[in-house]
Amino acid sequence: MVHRHKAWRFRVPSVIPGFGITFGYTLFYLSLIVLFPLATLLWRSSELGFSGLYAVASEPRVAAALRTTFSLSLAAAFIDLIFGLIVAWVLTRYEFPGRRLFDAFVDLPFALPTAVAGISLAALYAPNGWFGVYLAEIGVKIAFTRLGILVALIFIGLPFVVRTVQPIIAELEIELEEASATLGAWRLQTLLFVLLPPLVPALLTGFALAFARAIGEYGSVIFIAGNIAYISEIAPLLIVVKLEQYDFAGATAIASIMLAISFVALLVINLIQAWSRKRFGHV
Amino acid sequence: MSDILIASTQKKQSPRLRGATEDTAFARALLILIAILFLLLFLFAPLAVVFVEASAKGFSAFLDTFHEADALAAIRLTLIVAAISVPANLIFGLSAAWAIAKFSFPGKSLLITLIDLPFSVSPVVSGLVYVLVFGAQGLFGKWFSAHGTQIIFAVPGIVLATIFVTFPFVARELIPLMQEQGTVEEEAALTLGASGLRTFWTVTIPNIKWGLLYGVLLCNARAMGEFGAVSVVSGHIRGLTNTIPLQVEILYNEYNSVAAFAMAVLLASLALVTLGLKTFLEWKYADALSGRSRRH
Repeated sequence: MVHRHKAWRFRVPSVIPGFGITFGYTLFYLSLIVLFPLATLLWRSSELGFSGLYAVASEPRVAAALRTTFSLSLAAAFIDLIFGLIVAWVLTRYEFPGRRLFDAFVDLPFALPTAVAGISLAALYAPNGWFGVYLAEIGVKIAFTRLGILVALIFIGLPFVVRTVQPIIAELEIELEEASATLGAWRLQTLLFVLLPPLVPALLTGFALAFARAIGEYGSVIFIAGNIAYISEIAPLLIVVKLEQYDFAGATAIASIMLAISFVALLVINLIQAWSRKRFGHV
Repeated sequence: MSDILIASTQKKQSPRLRGATEDTAFARALLILIAILFLLLFLFAPLAVVFVEASAKGFSAFLDTFHEADALAAIRLTLIVAAISVPANLIFGLSAAWAIAKFSFPGKSLLITLIDLPFSVSPVVSGLVYVLVFGAQGLFGKWFSAHGTQIIFAVPGIVLATIFVTFPFVARELIPLMQEQGTVEEEAALTLGASGLRTFWTVTIPNIKWGLLYGVLLCNARAMGEFGAVSVVSGHIRGLTNTIPLQVEILYNEYNSVAAFAMAVLLASLALVTLGLKTFLEWKYADALSGRSRRH
């Protein structure tokens, strides 16, 4: 006699059919396309060992590229944080002609292929470009320097901050502002001490997303960066360089370091959201 | 009516007594100005320059780009790659969303995180992992080349890398949407005697069609525009393994600016159409799309 009702079941019983085939296919396809290739990368980098990874990371050219990628991604995410907040606030709170159009265009960096963004940014900021001409007159060089990388990273990161903060601004309760004003707060005090705190988790999430995207960005950067070794090379470019030299171990090492950075960013995002749900009841 | 009344009384009062939750006209104008300038500088200018540079030497020079055999081959390859990778991820997205949203089982949130994983991986790394698996030095590289099939530096590698980078688009759109909708309608259909497949086609699909379209739209835009991942696995063989973005790179590096931007116009137009349709769907069918904040 089999006590079926006592048997442990993987899923809660349901009259809806198709669990086996859809769940099985999902696992199969996920493993085939994503998990197995990524596991191969991890396995190959584990063969190098920690000392092997460290040896590659401390090659002067690789170390310079990792530093460039990391510091410029932070800087770009920070600039996106500030301007993203202003853009999100303006698009949500104020009414002005063309607001809908500007709002739709915030997603442009998601939709525009990175190679297109790359060549058009390079054309804009090159010494003979639309902006480059005027910047050259005041002695500022953007294309083919680290500033060029920064511009490209600001471009691709902006929607992450705006789209994460926007829904939270829309949900802010007007009563809180009224209460704050009634209790005698200046508008600036209300903004800083009443409206800003609930936005902090979303701002941090947007910052982390923009940062994570910037770390891995390739297409929009390489055209404007000039790719000068030790100065304006980014880490993803060095993976390509190593591959062209058939240095698979080197490419694998840089890739696993970048993967580690983006997983830490992902973890931080999840922690912020868990904290935010506890503290504010929303993400 | 009362709003107008309040507004008109406010106007007569001194500026210090304006609405407590309003910013001053100056602050408002300043912030709007900063936001618009920033968006014009960082978003509109890069888009505009594509079209201007493409037509720098006139319309016929622009059109000449598309008489080149390599350009046509690149367009054809891009269409082929999208035609394989988008349906593949569509079927996966439907399947994953069905399993995750209609049933409850342990480890669900881990599964969702794993599905989102490709978005956190650098495009270059996405290409690299396939080189490590299928490349000449890779895990199965020897086996495949012994059987006369080349994956890396050939079309299959490009398709695989594209599938990887567009993997989550449809699934992440459908999962929250189908979770919101629950299982009540499907259960009703099944109770009334409909088969599983019939329930899916006549109950589930109509409920999710706009979300599905939204996911496919974004998936297709990325599939046609992917550069980094495809660049690593393609080998850049002219006329054979160059997609439109790779052709843009080659032309640009050859200082053939007009042709590079002419090819870029195709992709920029695709981006504009995608943005337009996306905005339309969000505006018209907001209720039929999942309410989760949209990030990619």
